[in-house]
Amino acid sequence: MSVTRTTELRRLADGGRGRVALGVLGALVAVLAWSAVSGSSENIYFPSLLEILERTAAYWPTPEGVDNLTASLRTLGAGLGLAVLVGVAAGLLIGQVPVVAQTVSPALEFVRAIPATALVPFAMMLFGVGDEMKVFLIALGCVWPILLNTADGARGLDATLLDTARVFHVTGLRRALGVVVPAVLPRVLVGVRIAVPLSLILMVTSEMVGAQRGLGYVITQAQATFQLLTMWSGIVVLGVLGFLLTTAYSALERLLLRWCDPKRVSS
Amino acid sequence: MVLPTLARPAPRVPRRRPAPGRPRGGAVLLPLLALAVAVALQEALTRTGVLPGSYFPPASQTAAALLVELGGATFWQTLGSTVSTWLLALLIAVPLGTAVGTVLGLVRPVEAFLRPVVEFLRPIPSVALIPLVVLTIGTSARSALFLAVFASFWQVLVPAIAGVRSAHPIALDTARSYSFTLWQRLRWVQLAAMLPHLATATRLATSTSLILVVTAEIIIGIPGLGHEITMSRSVGNAARMYAYIVVSGVAGIVVNAVVKRLERALFVSHGIGAQA
Repeated sequence: MSVTRTTELRRLADGGRGRVALGVLGALVAVLAWSAVSGSSENIYFPSLLEILERTAAYWPTPEGVDNLTASLRTLGAGLGLAVLVGVAAGLLIGQVPVVAQTVSPALEFVRAIPATALVPFAMMLFGVGDEMKVFLIALGCVWPILLNTADGARGLDATLLDTARVFHVTGLRRALGVVVPAVLPRVLVGVRIAVPLSLILMVTSEMVGAQRGLGYVITQAQATFQLLTMWSGIVVLGVLGFLLTTAYSALERLLLRWCDPKRVSS
Repeated sequence: MVLPTLARPAPRVPRRRPAPGRPRGGAVLLPLLALAVAVALQEALTRTGVLPGSYFPPASQTAAALLVELGGATFWQTLGSTVSTWLLALLIAVPLGTAVGTVLGLVRPVEAFLRPVVEFLRPIPSVALIPLVVLTIGTSARSALFLAVFASFWQVLVPAIAGVRSAHPIALDTARSYSFTLWQRLRWVQLAAMLPHLATATRLATSTSLILVVTAEIIIGIPGLGHEITMSRSVGNAARMYAYIVVSGVAGIVVNAVVKRLERALFVSHGIGAQA
């Protein structure tokens, strides 16, 4: 009896619909468990889930909440966009011109090893506590994984591909956009995938140390004034934001790589 | 050792061909020269006032500040507290992530059940938890430890699940026909398949946990490199700030190198060529 039941369960977990059903069940159980444990909680630091959700619904749709959210998203988008632009451009250059790679790679290794948040004070000294500081910091932290992956991809370009381009006299801009960029794209996307969570960390950190707006600001401010429900609601919103960002990015990645040979993407 | 090799993926054709146009002999000289030029240029620009000296002190001043710090008593304590929290975080997160990942990888229903929860918790930037951690754990090094473990745990967990499942079906069948116990199967078939995944995960976790430790030091004010960096900025001692940023970079390089060395040693003992 129990043997057949476990095999049944196993088969269920392997199928697509079964997986979704089990996952939904898991999420439901987790939420119920959280609200059950926290519902009767006397500990002020861990308020009940229901109250947190009520506060989330009450605070974040207000003009102030929306303002904080959009401020965060704007800096995130600008910083990440800048990182992608600079990272891809520099990565292509470094990957394709061996002299440049040799000259700068030890310096790159060093700068990359510096933990991105150690540069928060540096960015604050340069730009003060404005939006530029946050965008600069996010871009500075996120550019390395993108740059290094792009450079690796550009270095490992398929020789047959390049030779074919030469035979057909594909040169200049057409070669760059039509041959090199599509071939490097999978690696660029891997770099961005590493950069996305990093950008969230940097966004929150920069907002915690120097800002009057944004998600990180709301969370620290709520902690300082002991509004624990608002603090928790900020954490929940950040969790949802992180989840949405990674999900949206996975979808984008699949869309962009549809033409690609899956074997080469994974290697 | 015959069994572990069964879990090895088919040998890959070496991708990198010797680059014909690569300048030889410049491997050491060129970067050194570039570095010297960059430092000299920075020195000249700040000395002549093109770059504001209060923001970018000349490289020589930063070096002097670093030397002063190296002689001081507090420096090694500061470095020690950051590095020890960091290593402890790795020592907790990597085995924990591997163990939980192995269980979830083997028991598919449980994994399907927990997947949405993992997918929700994983992308929460752990710095968002800093206020909560300050209120509940306090402002000691344990807060930094918790944050670093929380952040790197997920980075190990997900590859560990994928790694357990990447064992070759024929290797698993072979293990079954030799009536391997669960432990033998884990040890000789599944662990070997997991290693490449774990290596990448460990490397990611290494840099993530350093970021979290330094962030916690900056925001919470736990003694350590991050704290010294912000303190130097707030008293307007830019040279000292750069000196500590350089130290954090050097610490990053050293620990990365140690992790890479360990990885290689592990791979060699398991007969898998270390792939970067």
